[in-house]
Amino acid sequence: MHLADSLLQFTVSGIALGAIYGIVGLGFTIIFNATGVINFAQGEFVMLGGLVAATLVSLHVPVALALPIAGFAVAIVGLLVQRLAVQPLTRSSVISMVTVTIGVSVLLRGVAKELWGPNSVAMAPFSGSQPLHLGTAAVEPQEVWVVATVLVIVVGVQLFFEHTMVGKAMRACAINRAAAQLAGISVDRMNLLAFGLSAGISGLAGVVLAPLTMVSYSSGTPIAVKGFCAAIVGGLGNSAGAVVGGILLGMLESLGAGFISSDYKNAFALLVLLLVLVLRPSGLLGKRTDRGL
Amino acid sequence: MTTPRARSVFLGSLPVLALVVGVVAFPLVFRNNYVQSVGATIGLYSLVALGLCLLIGYAGQVSLGHAAFYGLGAYSSAVLTTRLHWDPWLAMLVGAVLTGAVAWLVGRPTLRLHGHHLAMATLGFGIIMQIVFIEGDELTGGFGGITSIPPLRIGGLSITGDVRNFYAIWAVVVLCVMASRCLVDSRVGRALRAIHDSETAAAACGVDVSTYKVQVFVLSAVFASVAGSLYAHYITFVSPDPFSLAFSIQMLVIVIVGGSRNVWGALLGAALMTALAQQIEKTDAIKDLSDVAYGLVLVLFIVFMPAGLAGALSKGLARVRAQRADENA
Repeated sequence: MHLADSLLQFTVSGIALGAIYGIVGLGFTIIFNATGVINFAQGEFVMLGGLVAATLVSLHVPVALALPIAGFAVAIVGLLVQRLAVQPLTRSSVISMVTVTIGVSVLLRGVAKELWGPNSVAMAPFSGSQPLHLGTAAVEPQEVWVVATVLVIVVGVQLFFEHTMVGKAMRACAINRAAAQLAGISVDRMNLLAFGLSAGISGLAGVVLAPLTMVSYSSGTPIAVKGFCAAIVGGLGNSAGAVVGGILLGMLESLGAGFISSDYKNAFALLVLLLVLVLRPSGLLGKRTDRGL
Repeated sequence: MTTPRARSVFLGSLPVLALVVGVVAFPLVFRNNYVQSVGATIGLYSLVALGLCLLIGYAGQVSLGHAAFYGLGAYSSAVLTTRLHWDPWLAMLVGAVLTGAVAWLVGRPTLRLHGHHLAMATLGFGIIMQIVFIEGDELTGGFGGITSIPPLRIGGLSITGDVRNFYAIWAVVVLCVMASRCLVDSRVGRALRAIHDSETAAAACGVDVSTYKVQVFVLSAVFASVAGSLYAHYITFVSPDPFSLAFSIQMLVIVIVGGSRNVWGALLGAALMTALAQQIEKTDAIKDLSDVAYGLVLVLFIVFMPAGLAGALSKGLARVRAQRADENA
């Protein structure tokens, strides 16, 4: 294969994976903006989405139905997490928040292991596995599904934030919680909603990802770490940045694995994370003054 | 009249004495090898948790990468003794220095970050290190790891078996507990607590916040490294498995459950959680539920007992003392 061809191939497969990182990063961002919390259980939402959908499909539920059901089910889990674990700690330190969401992630992983067993669950691609050709690059149909779904989610979330009262109220909370409260917005309800929304879209990401990578009880953490890298690269709190950051990371990972070494594939994103945190903690696309810091 | 400080040192030495007595008696009371090895493991975890406790409880910083420091200690010992045939003690020392240097390199830039960012940065570092342990084939032996690591020796006595390792590990734990208590009661300890409460206020009072944070981070990494070396010489085998994110989380659970704002919390947490884990492991009905139990314990403790066991105990003690003072008055 010529250099240009492999470059194209690696870029294309990187974009699909990166879109998932981006959507998980968006999930982090929604919760962080509304509540100031980094939810360490974000990856488990992705994992649960994949497992629920795979089970439904194996019970002959059509994908078109399994997708929304899985997204909805995971959104419910997100609401429960907020109510039972996060909300009681509203006035506690960051350390308590970090640890409680870590606890939730371990707990969800344990429950998933109990329900689905320790092995990976496979799910058939939505529309076959006959590769499509994009110039010299081969594209799996599922990769197209991934990118399309992510696009729909991003546009949907954008419309929600810009054009609905609830979306605007959530943005108000992100800008200034006290002022939003004074303006009559129930910050508590917005926090709850942020968890539900974020869990729901992460669950959907898990569903479209499942046919590409298989899914097991432990597949959440690596995705969450990459999603977090995406959010940081994009500037924590910046939704569009998270998606762009995710795609950049996915391409970097794919190119790095192709041209440098696939052994260290999973280290690339983390190295980028450390570099960005050290050199420019407000993210590549973020403003210099970041209130998270 | 005794000064409050002298009083606190005197009263504080009673628990240390009790600890020493308990440590000496443990293998004599429990003659079962399995129980002795659990005791040694509790010692190793206590050591890592003790360092983490100084970092979390006193300086208010979270690390999710301590498995990397534990692993660095273990691998330093393993590589230096098996490939270069160094003396185990020297290998342990060099491992500690190396780990301290790495912690300094990682800590200096990342400790400028707060809360969530620091947690994620250390998590990323921890995962990178595990990948290095796995992929550093020629040096680390990859998944297969390194075997036949020589035991520690004192004079002509080689420290093999559960009882000798138990004593060696716990001797280090007792020393570190005493050192930590001195540190916590010192000017540095007060500075750290000030940082925990408010970095801005601490800085305004002239506390060199970033230097103190990096120093306590390095110290806690060195504790973990020494524990890792002790582990390597005890088990005589290392592989990448134990040095994963799961270990870092386990240590966090230990510190939170035991109580992060008290040196004894690390020991209490390690003993309780290790015993609990062993019990779950042995009970077939709930064996697979160990993750569920771990997560649940962590969430419940954070929500209902944020100061941990040690916090609850010292609160209880304070209440009893206050009552007694009332009766005397």
